[in-house]
Amino acid sequence: MRITTKGGRAAAAVLFALILTLGVAACGSSNDSSSSEGGGGAIASNPNNGKVTLTIGSKNFPEQEILGEVYAQALQAAGYKVKKALNLGSETVALQTLKSGQISGYPEYASTALTSFFGIEPEEVPAAAQPAYEKAKAEFEKEGLTAFPPTPFASANAVGTLKKTADKLGLKTISDLTGKSEKLSLDGSPECRQRIDCLAGLEKYYQLKFKSFTPVDIGLRYTVLEKGQADLSILFTTDAQLSAEKDKFVILEDDKEVFPAGNVIFVTKPSVAKKAGPDYEKTIVEVQKGLTLPVMQELDARVELEKQSPAKAAAAYLKEAGYTG
Amino acid sequence: MIGLFLSPLLPASIGGAIEFIFEPQSSNVTGGKKVGGFSQVIELTITQLELTVLALGLSMLVALPVGLFLGHRGTGELLAVGLGNAGRAIPELALIAFMAAAIGVGLLNVTIALAVLGIPPILTNTFVGIRQVDRATVEAARGIGMTEPEVLFKVEVPLAIPTLMTGIRGATINIVATATIAPLAGVLTLGDFIINRNVYGSNGVLAGAILVALLALALEFSLAGLQRLLTSKGLKLSAA
Repeated sequence: MRITTKGGRAAAAVLFALILTLGVAACGSSNDSSSSEGGGGAIASNPNNGKVTLTIGSKNFPEQEILGEVYAQALQAAGYKVKKALNLGSETVALQTLKSGQISGYPEYASTALTSFFGIEPEEVPAAAQPAYEKAKAEFEKEGLTAFPPTPFASANAVGTLKKTADKLGLKTISDLTGKSEKLSLDGSPECRQRIDCLAGLEKYYQLKFKSFTPVDIGLRYTVLEKGQADLSILFTTDAQLSAEKDKFVILEDDKEVFPAGNVIFVTKPSVAKKAGPDYEKTIVEVQKGLTLPVMQELDARVELEKQSPAKAAAAYLKEAGYTG
Repeated sequence: MIGLFLSPLLPASIGGAIEFIFEPQSSNVTGGKKVGGFSQVIELTITQLELTVLALGLSMLVALPVGLFLGHRGTGELLAVGLGNAGRAIPELALIAFMAAAIGVGLLNVTIALAVLGIPPILTNTFVGIRQVDRATVEAARGIGMTEPEVLFKVEVPLAIPTLMTGIRGATINIVATATIAPLAGVLTLGDFIINRNVYGSNGVLAGAILVALLALALEFSLAGLQRLLTSKGLKLSAA
């Protein structure tokens, strides 16, 4: 019975994501949402900003879409005309879209930027948010781009498992897998297999060998873990399930710091920032102050598990945190 | 740093893609390990082919008997054509996700999902092919005392081969092209190159697309050859 429900849920999640993507794609850049005159919130609407149209991008998974909505709605509250393109496939696509001027900016994880765009080894990625941001910003500037300061929350890859598996095998840290991993299977996103900040890093730095690695769509990782088709899974620290089902899933501590943590930085062009004026950076930095790890997990849970739209979840966040009235 | 590696930021080039197919390349996210190259290409091509053959086999197993039966009886047009057309509308990824919870990810899941894609063209074309056989010929066959199975296999099927094979060829192309999404459900096919641009770079993506296209063409030509072998001499004469 439980399996059937889960099945329905997984399918619904995928369908939902598809519909959402199609919806966003359909109205993406043409949907010019009119600016609402929100009164009473911390973000004040500046009539001068009405002359500027900003297009906010994001990659096409829930957390990114929520962030895209948070920034878009906040900028709208600040008086800007805002368009959205929250369906960019990967960081590569997002970056190219930004460079070509089709979007004004999009949220990117500092670690992803450093490793994927700039070829920096994960062990060279600064663990702290500020140095990582500064390093990423410097690299972006070489590419004619710039970035705003980081969010409080960081997202990182993590090795996760069912709590009962962790208890049975006595797993607390990734190092605890030594000598046991040969009998354990692992799942993760297809690209994880060869990435040094993923499976390749576990093999290289922890010297772990796994029984097998199953590549799966990121939306299927928890299903695969629950079904027992894999003993371990590469999860993200901000995953909704980690806060919603605390006693079911656990994360193993990355005691050798192989997975660089990524705080989100908003990447944009200096020319766009200049044209948009000071409220652009101010609003983005201000509105992300409330985005701590528990808050981000909660927002992810509302979208991924409770099936709220990213727009609705973002609006609720802005209201609850007092940014909009 | 950009440019030294198989960078996802650089546009793909045919030359780069061909190099990727034959020589392992550096990637900027693998920590120095090279990716691509001939041995990986062969490995992934074999899986893609295996998966295609399995899924095609399964869809033929389901669709051929039903199509032959209904076509011969001349009933169930709505079922054969309607179901066939409806089947084309099922989104593969949703199907894979739906089955992930029931039967898990892996070869079985993907084979069934791809077979669902292969069934509609085979079913519809088999039905239509058999129905199109000249009724007078069928009546003549019955008149000389052929049993129903003899009418079907000695008269209707040989005459329907071109249409029937069209269905199988269509199904094959559908399946081999869509097998690229298998890495999202636990089976590493050539789609790995296409899905993971961050690992393989733009040239890897293009290489994957080229390889899948070549594989589809190779299958198409083999099946066209097979069709020629199966088509009776009389039909070839009348076509000429």
